[in-house]
Amino acid sequence: MAKAIVEIKNVNKFYGDNHVVKDLDMEIYEGEFLSILGPSGCGKTTTLRMIAGFEQQTDGVITVEGERVENKEPFERNVNTVFQSYALFPHMTVHDNVAYGLKMKKVKKAEIAGRVEDALSMVRLEGFGKRYPAQLSGGQRQRVAIARAIINNPRVLLLDEPLGALDMKLRKQMQIELKNLQKQLGITFVYVTHDQEEALTMSDRIAVMSGGVLEQIGTPAEIYEKPTTKFVADFIGETNLFEAVEAHVRDDGTVCLNAEAGELTGADPRFSAAELVYLSVRPEKTLASESPVTGFSLRGTVRENIYIGTVVKSTVVLQNGQEIRVSSIAGAPVPAAGSARYIHWNPGDAVIIHSKSNTILDLMDSLDLGAYVAGGA
Amino acid sequence: MRKKRKAAAKKYTSRVFSALVYLFLYAPIAVVILFSFNTSRRNVLFEGFTLDWYKQMATNHALLESFGNTLAVAGVSTLIATVIGTLTAIAMFRYKFRGKTIIDLLLYIPVVIPEIVLGIALLSVFSLVHVPLGLGSMIVAHVTFQIPFVVFTVRARLSGFDRSIEEAAMDLGANRVRVLTGITIPIIAPGIVSGAVLAFTLSIDDIIISFFTTGARSTTFPLKIMELVRSGVSPDVYALSTIIILATFVVVLISQISVYKANQRALKSKYKEKQK
Repeated sequence: MAKAIVEIKNVNKFYGDNHVVKDLDMEIYEGEFLSILGPSGCGKTTTLRMIAGFEQQTDGVITVEGERVENKEPFERNVNTVFQSYALFPHMTVHDNVAYGLKMKKVKKAEIAGRVEDALSMVRLEGFGKRYPAQLSGGQRQRVAIARAIINNPRVLLLDEPLGALDMKLRKQMQIELKNLQKQLGITFVYVTHDQEEALTMSDRIAVMSGGVLEQIGTPAEIYEKPTTKFVADFIGETNLFEAVEAHVRDDGTVCLNAEAGELTGADPRFSAAELVYLSVRPEKTLASESPVTGFSLRGTVRENIYIGTVVKSTVVLQNGQEIRVSSIAGAPVPAAGSARYIHWNPGDAVIIHSKSNTILDLMDSLDLGAYVAGGA
Repeated sequence: MRKKRKAAAKKYTSRVFSALVYLFLYAPIAVVILFSFNTSRRNVLFEGFTLDWYKQMATNHALLESFGNTLAVAGVSTLIATVIGTLTAIAMFRYKFRGKTIIDLLLYIPVVIPEIVLGIALLSVFSLVHVPLGLGSMIVAHVTFQIPFVVFTVRARLSGFDRSIEEAAMDLGANRVRVLTGITIPIIAPGIVSGAVLAFTLSIDDIIISFFTTGARSTTFPLKIMELVRSGVSPDVYALSTIIILATFVVVLISQISVYKANQRALKSKYKEKQK
């Protein structure tokens, strides 16, 4: 595997009594585009700010290029940040903004001029050097902020929701540009965002955070297709989620499960008896047929079909009231609204998620608390 | 028809009203300027044009000295108050600390307290610790009441300040001192300047606190005039006042022109962007 450039080991961050980052362990590899994705307040920005040095972790270790950084000031760390608000210096021209980092490092004036030119052309802002930030549009300011950071050749570039303030079209365009820039420079990008689509399009790997906890880290495909927690399954894309208990394991390795809505089937050999699990299946993998399928007893009524260009999204209401989303490619036959359907899927397409409460139960089992209590009595 | 007449009447009354306001504001000043050129010593009738009072003023050492004292006190106290006030405002903006609300509250006291109370309080402190009264004590006294005004104006400017700008500078390798001198202070400079101008103005025409804290041989210009009023103001005071008015007018004009030009530039760049 690739070499880690940033290592976060067992990091916790408290603001007073508020525990915002919990036991965070994360490795960021050299040259990768890593997104930290999560809803607001999940600790993603705090994590970024701890790497930059604007926040100090309460405990744990952060290393950049193998060196511990907790005693280094932000101006002593070889990382640079692109801020959500751009944070351009309003009293300086674009040229002076971009040159600032080099000036602080006492680089010679002649060299600065050339490198500023290069950085500005890299973000396609040639000839804007004499303007002031107030004279630029939002997208242009964003580019200046990026040029100002990358001119210092940081080993790691930290980006805090840099496209948050831009409109949709410009955002999409900047996403591609940023990705290209990252490939071209070969710098590690750590990109904080709450926009899953953005994370999926741009990243080599995604770290999903929620409530200060790292839920899952992996490639976009892993995150989407093999979510390991209920939160990830629910947060990334659309999904149909069932809470279920194992009934029995079949000879072909598939597992029969009992949910409130009925019987269903998945494929996951790692099972302990009577374990409570979540089963997640994406709408595009969910099928609705006219006759029952072995291993499934999910009967429902089609409520509506919504045509959205490439796909038709159907909603099927099961007998227990649970709504199932089924999306089929436009042009394929669509069940009429009001008709009865049987929901099923290819067992291999469903993901079984072992719930967290279970790991605690497992732990208690392994500790054999029962015996301890019995022995005590 | 009626509507038109009504509109015309409205326009007429608003003009008369504005004219009266300006007359009320500027007539007394005009009188001072006018009588500084009057040949008669008494300011009742304008009897003829003369520049004698300006000549007399130029030789009135007591008057000029008092004016020099005023400038010295105002200059030095403004400098000290601006530095302390600006740093206080930045600290109050940046940090949360114990007793911040109390300090905040205490800052208002010199502003709302009757000047005479502050004057007596300062005088008693000076005599208690045996500070000789003179320009020095007056400067300390002026700094006392100037600081809150500087803090308030600088803080108003800081309220729109994005802290991530400072973080960005640190991120790019600037240490704390360089962030302060190269980023924070230049950005809040307009607030610092207006705070300093306010402090300077307050110091220049302060009478009550100066009265209590001045020494026998360090009169300021306002105090000197107060003294003269008892025996009747001579036209050379008008002459000096006229010069001060003119100087103020020129300063205001220059600052307004520069503000106007800055606004024009901002407008132009906005217009250009729209055209794209």
